[in-house]
Amino acid sequence: MVKFIRTHGTESALLAVIVVISFVLSLVTDRYFTVGNAFDLLNTSSVNIIFAVGLLVVLISGGIDISFAVAASVAQYGTALFIAWIGGGNWAIGLIIAGSIGIGLGCLNAALIQGFAIPSIVVSISTFNVFFGLLMFFTKGVSIYDLPDWLTEHVVLYERQLADGSWIEISLPVLVMAICVVATWTLVTRTTIGRQLYAFGDNPEGARRFGVNIAAMRFIAFGWLGLMAGIAGLVQAHYAQEVVPNALYGRELDVLAAVVLGGARLGGGKGTVLGCVLGVMLTQITQNGLNLMGVSPFAFKMIVGAIILIAITLSNARIERLLPFLSRKGA
Amino acid sequence: MDETVGGKPLLSLRNINITFGGVRALRDVSFELKPGEIHCIAGENGSGKSTLIKIITGVYQPADGAEIEFDGKAYSHMSPVSAHAGGIKVIWQDLALFPEMTVAENIGFSEVVGHGLRLVDYGRIRAIALEALAKLGVSLDVDAPLKEFPIAQRQIVAIARALVGEARVVFMDEPTASLTQSETDHLLDIVRNLSASGVAVVFVSHRLAEVLEISSRITVLRDGRLVGVYPAEGMTQSKITELMTGRTFEAKVRAAPRADRPVVIEVDGLSRPGQFSDISFKVHEGETLGITGLLGAGRTELAMTLFGMLKPAAGRIRLDGREVRFSSNRDAIDAGIAYLSEDRLSLGLIQAQSIVDNLVISSLARILSGGLISPGKKTSLVGKWVAELGVKIGKPEDAITTLSGGNQQRIAIAKWLATDPRLLILDAPTVGVDVGARAGIFDIVARLADSGLAIILISDEVPEVYFNADRILHMAQGRVVGSYDPRAYSLHDIEAAVYG
Repeated sequence: MVKFIRTHGTESALLAVIVVISFVLSLVTDRYFTVGNAFDLLNTSSVNIIFAVGLLVVLISGGIDISFAVAASVAQYGTALFIAWIGGGNWAIGLIIAGSIGIGLGCLNAALIQGFAIPSIVVSISTFNVFFGLLMFFTKGVSIYDLPDWLTEHVVLYERQLADGSWIEISLPVLVMAICVVATWTLVTRTTIGRQLYAFGDNPEGARRFGVNIAAMRFIAFGWLGLMAGIAGLVQAHYAQEVVPNALYGRELDVLAAVVLGGARLGGGKGTVLGCVLGVMLTQITQNGLNLMGVSPFAFKMIVGAIILIAITLSNARIERLLPFLSRKGA
Repeated sequence: MDETVGGKPLLSLRNINITFGGVRALRDVSFELKPGEIHCIAGENGSGKSTLIKIITGVYQPADGAEIEFDGKAYSHMSPVSAHAGGIKVIWQDLALFPEMTVAENIGFSEVVGHGLRLVDYGRIRAIALEALAKLGVSLDVDAPLKEFPIAQRQIVAIARALVGEARVVFMDEPTASLTQSETDHLLDIVRNLSASGVAVVFVSHRLAEVLEISSRITVLRDGRLVGVYPAEGMTQSKITELMTGRTFEAKVRAAPRADRPVVIEVDGLSRPGQFSDISFKVHEGETLGITGLLGAGRTELAMTLFGMLKPAAGRIRLDGREVRFSSNRDAIDAGIAYLSEDRLSLGLIQAQSIVDNLVISSLARILSGGLISPGKKTSLVGKWVAELGVKIGKPEDAITTLSGGNQQRIAIAKWLATDPRLLILDAPTVGVDVGARAGIFDIVARLADSGLAIILISDEVPEVYFNADRILHMAQGRVVGSYDPRAYSLHDIEAAVYG
């Protein structure tokens, strides 16, 4: 336990904050902290968690991307047009199309970064505008409501009524999210590629001298984020039961904030999947709790901003200094 | 090992040429290494040492016509993965480690590169790390992230990483640059053990005393060309310097009596708990006070206290007879104290900015005209100091990084001289500066002293203070433990006292 706190300081702190916030919210609202509400949270967080684990891979490799949410909109719209064109389709086809569009857009980012040696923030600000501009131009901002049944039908994988009468359910987005989380976790912690991504983000020149293929790392990181963005786009269309071209606009900063809150470092080499999931959960719980308390949604942004500042201050101050008993003896 | 018989080379390179942006960094260089020997590559910055290492290890590709032979096989070039697999290992000057990763992963990193996509075997990586550390006779917590360890232990990690798998040749690029004397001694022992076990070591160091102590042969490079290969036996520091620079340098004691001149700074009983205690000295006009001692003796903390960046717990500082208390280094600068910090690269100069902007940064108030920076005053200030210190620059607007280490250091000194100081504190002014350029810097220091400036020269290299200071204080564990006049003691006496 102590070892876990020492090696996973950020994650432990986040978990503690989530517990405290949940406890406070359960005191001030009557329907918080029910099992049903916890499952609701999981269902509503799915899209953001899929985005977040994708973005995590890019941050680990030392890059940054703010174009992924509009890339997801492009993938979503493109997939909707494609399945309307073939007249049918199913989840497998939808995921393959959305994922491929996402990978293509992610690789475009990587190609610009690698080929022209432009910093990733500059590239992704540009592609953010290009993707969104082209999408709005060609769609004229028109939404698609006529989606096939397989996409809009609410798929419940597991449901049960609890003793207090409330329902818990696990829907399809949660399953997709779980697969994305496990896949990303496997990639970054269990494969040789993942460790090279960490090394590249941590010390790019050191990794290069060791023979790490820098171009491959960039394409893998941005391609992975593209894949996750495409999947998240389709899941969001399913969740919202419509395709609105600007529905995901602005989502990139919420996700980026949650990932950074989860301990990923802008600059590379640091960040965990668990921290990422907890970061999204914490922002979602805060939002959910404030809603239940009847607080204005504008206050929510302010509070999340404050939480991020506090979290980053604490992580700079180092958990060992705040909890001296954890500090290493000797060394 | 039968290959050692007859001295057949393990590695040989011939006709090595490489060009960067039209500049030929290496010209017809050859290099030869015997199994198990300790071989030193000597040369000034820019002579091509690092470039040669990068070619041998496959980071750079040489021009056509290169002949590389390693272990009996001929190559036109190497790649990092093939060099590593063949047992050619490098410990880079900046170590090239991964601070966020664990010690084990740093040491066993070759397990995850060059094998395509596969699952990581953490157990195997851990075993590899423990085995490599055991070869060095060191024990470290391999599961802790590297960032928790100080530089000397990171150096050990870098060496351990080089010993993973079958090491035939280990390159060490400036391995002792940030180590204390005892850590350096430990490192040299490790190098000798490696050599005794049949591993050839190529050692690159600015510290010529180390080079002579450890190596059996020395390859000297100058301006990208091979000067020659020499046995270390019978070699002297001044001879290597001459070969490296093509010039001769005569070291002679510059000390002279200055006690009749007015006192500029007087320090009395200065203390900071845990860093230094009861320090007292005077520096006169035109006098150079040398402060030496091992890394961690409290020298830099003392300098930063004189410069107002740390506050003394006890004691007094008098400047020109008046007691001063600085609340920040701004006060110290205004009072006429200048401090050239020991870490020029990260603290002394703003690397991304131009020469001119670096030079005027400490004296902006002097070039104002109606509250705004006057381009005319700026240009004349820069022109004055560039000429005064003989800095070789292209255009004043060029980035500071376009200058060599020695010229960067001159700009850093000029930056402080532009503030018109009474006392100049130089903290390790020759770190990362070539032998040739060092002499130039000390010529400047001597001229500044002659013009009446009081100078405190801090260095852990005793010869530097011996030949360039009028008096020498020896600090150890935060106290002044000895005071020497270079005219009354031999260099050897003082070195014996300091390095013990």
